[in-house]
Amino acid sequence: MIVVNNVWKEYGDQIVLERVSLTIEDRAFVALVGPSGCGKTTFLKLLLGEERATQGTIVLDGKPLAPEPGPDRGVVFQRYSVFPHLTVLGNVLLGKEFEASRFRARLVGAARRDAIEEARGLIAEVGLAGSEDKYPAQLSGGMQQRLALAQALIMQPRVLLLDEPFGALDPGIRAEIHVLMKRLWNETNLTVVMVTHDMREAFTLGTRVIAFERPRNRPDERERYGASLSRDIDIWPPRRAGVLDPDSPDRDGPIHEVGASRDDPAPSPQGDPA
Amino acid sequence: MRLINLKPSRTNQLILALLPFLALLLAYALGSTARLAENPSDKLLPALSSIADAVNRLAFVPDPRTGEYLLWSDTLASLGRLCSALGISTLIALVFGMVVGMFPYARALLAPFFAAVSMVPPLALLPILFIVMGLGETSKITLIVIGVAPIMIRDLALKVMELPREQTVKAETLGGNSWQIALRVVLPQILPRLLTCLRLQLGPAWLFLIAAEAISADSGLGYRIFLVRRYLSMDVIFPYVIWITLLAVLTNVLIDLVRIRVFPWSELDKAS
Repeated sequence: MIVVNNVWKEYGDQIVLERVSLTIEDRAFVALVGPSGCGKTTFLKLLLGEERATQGTIVLDGKPLAPEPGPDRGVVFQRYSVFPHLTVLGNVLLGKEFEASRFRARLVGAARRDAIEEARGLIAEVGLAGSEDKYPAQLSGGMQQRLALAQALIMQPRVLLLDEPFGALDPGIRAEIHVLMKRLWNETNLTVVMVTHDMREAFTLGTRVIAFERPRNRPDERERYGASLSRDIDIWPPRRAGVLDPDSPDRDGPIHEVGASRDDPAPSPQGDPA
Repeated sequence: MRLINLKPSRTNQLILALLPFLALLLAYALGSTARLAENPSDKLLPALSSIADAVNRLAFVPDPRTGEYLLWSDTLASLGRLCSALGISTLIALVFGMVVGMFPYARALLAPFFAAVSMVPPLALLPILFIVMGLGETSKITLIVIGVAPIMIRDLALKVMELPREQTVKAETLGGNSWQIALRVVLPQILPRLLTCLRLQLGPAWLFLIAAEAISADSGLGYRIFLVRRYLSMDVIFPYVIWITLLAVLTNVLIDLVRIRVFPWSELDKAS
């Protein structure tokens, strides 16, 4: 659970955020929306630990947030999220190598084989099987973002922070990666906070949509009044990670094995009776 | 068709590339013939045949006094100095470039110092080096290092700072500490740039080498050129200059090939 308590962020004289208070439940998928320059990304940087709040506190699972980024919070940016000098496999392995070997930051022997197996599983999971030996420059934009997701998820972070991760992608590719994102959110123990410009994206993926806005936006007031939360909308009917809702099946949510809402017989776990 | 849209074919490109060299050679031959016709003992533009003689004498006939093949012993002496100096500079640049580029405290401490040091004209320091270190190899190598390393440090530090902030943050969220990030994220991305930087410093390095050899040495390409200058031996100076140029050009190409071979991603990245 993330508790944000009365956070202000100022750069010199300029107030960017003011009076931001917010509680994010475990396994929520929060979409942050709002016009450009309203502090969405600044707020994400606060959660990430890249920036520190001028006033107020942020508490993650009962402990104050560390003042620098760490492995409990994964991140995917719009660009530059993957390392150009490492192959797909190398990119996904990097976190494991950091974890296992403090000085050489490399894995050898059986530990390396295990890590490669895990990484390959994750690479297949995000739909990049077969591209393990390619460099990011050889991948399309959508594939690079899939890689960035796999790279972040191998550390099994508690919180995944997304900064307009799909903003630069074509609509078709974006729809595909939405399906993937939703599946990952359902299957892993993740709380997701996503900054987006795309309202449709916010409402298809999120459990909760939060709007940032500057209440006073006249040029002479701009500097002295920061943005704050203006809307906090829970999606109805509520979505919950990994829980299927028999009344309103979500297109990309978990599927019903059997039941009235299915018009095709799903394969039973014991195998086909006939 | 507009001139800006006319592109030569591959063969034409090759021919065009060779043309200026051939023109230079032709101009020399014509000038030399004209001068020699007027005065057969002219030393300023020796005939191509006497240059060929000199090359033969220097490269394939042992020197009667020392028994050495002068061109090769000179080349070896010069390249030895150049390589050790460039090796030391590269190492210094790598360490300090990364430290200055990565750590804000180190940057605050060292960046202004390196900026000032890189403005000192190295040749003005040469007398000091000769006084302090004597006339041996150390002072020559030190001169090249002083001339080349500060610029390489600044270039690399800038390159480190140009790495997107997102990459460092991402590496931190993957659990990397400063040392691990230096080793696995920054260093590999800097190495290709280090090679490019080394390539660009070849010119200045040769300059300092020849300046040092001209003043004090007993072998080396620069030493030989300044030695035979006393006898107006243009037939030796010309081939030596061409040989030095050739060595520099070859090293340049070689370093770039090594970069593409060892860091294939650096070429991919450039294209995208």
